[in-house]
Amino acid sequence: MEVPILKQGEFLIATFQAALSDADLSQLRRGLVAQVVRFRSRGVIVDVTAMDVMDSYASRTLREMAQMIRLRGAETVIVGIQPEVAFAMVQLGLTLEGVATALDLEEGLAYLNQRFKSTD
Amino acid sequence: MSFGEIRVAIDSEQDIVSARQQGRALALELGFSAVDSTLIATAISELARNIVSYAGTGEITLKTIQDSTWKGILIVAADDGPGIYDLRQALRDGFSTSGSLGLGLPGVKRLMDEFQIASQPGKGTRVEVKKWRQ
Repeated sequence: MEVPILKQGEFLIATFQAALSDADLSQLRRGLVAQVVRFRSRGVIVDVTAMDVMDSYASRTLREMAQMIRLRGAETVIVGIQPEVAFAMVQLGLTLEGVATALDLEEGLAYLNQRFKSTD
Repeated sequence: MSFGEIRVAIDSEQDIVSARQQGRALALELGFSAVDSTLIATAISELARNIVSYAGTGEITLKTIQDSTWKGILIVAADDGPGIYDLRQALRDGFSTSGSLGLGLPGVKRLMDEFQIASQPGKGTRVEVKKWRQ
């Protein structure tokens, strides 16, 4: 299941359509980092509303992806983590340390716009 | 309510998603809440991933259980892989990779109500976890 990546001005938006396998997640990481380079994007929003489970592999992949993107001078925001998924993550001891999170796509966009406002 | 069991062969990372989805479906069918069903699906995801990462192949069995009062779900993750040399270290709770083997087993233990593991070097690993419906 490939994750479509949408270009919206200086930002990229990747929206999970369903539960992703490890291979899908790795592919998304490669694809997003490549597109950030290609489009010189300032920010990336990853919408995980449709993600059924955020286990150790998924959170590590997202964390690493955000770090790679940061090295390109761009910012990543994870949006849409469902309450029960958040609950399970905390029980499992998983954090998305160093990665911005927001409630939904709208708040994620607001966060990025705010973040880059001064440099526009 | 059937008390059969669902066996999911774990041969590749694709099977991880299938195992946890079947686990969630069974949990919801048993009347577990959305939160508990997600905890169960997450535990299955971690256990199935250990099979893929360390043993290559194995099997996840999902089973409905019942004692005198409660209904619950039993998950067995079994493989014939290399086994775990230092079980104590694998179960040590580092809350991350520091100090533990990075198998996520302490986390799985926290997600579930009961946790049992049997493993010997060269003889595979068998993890049994249970969650009871509140």
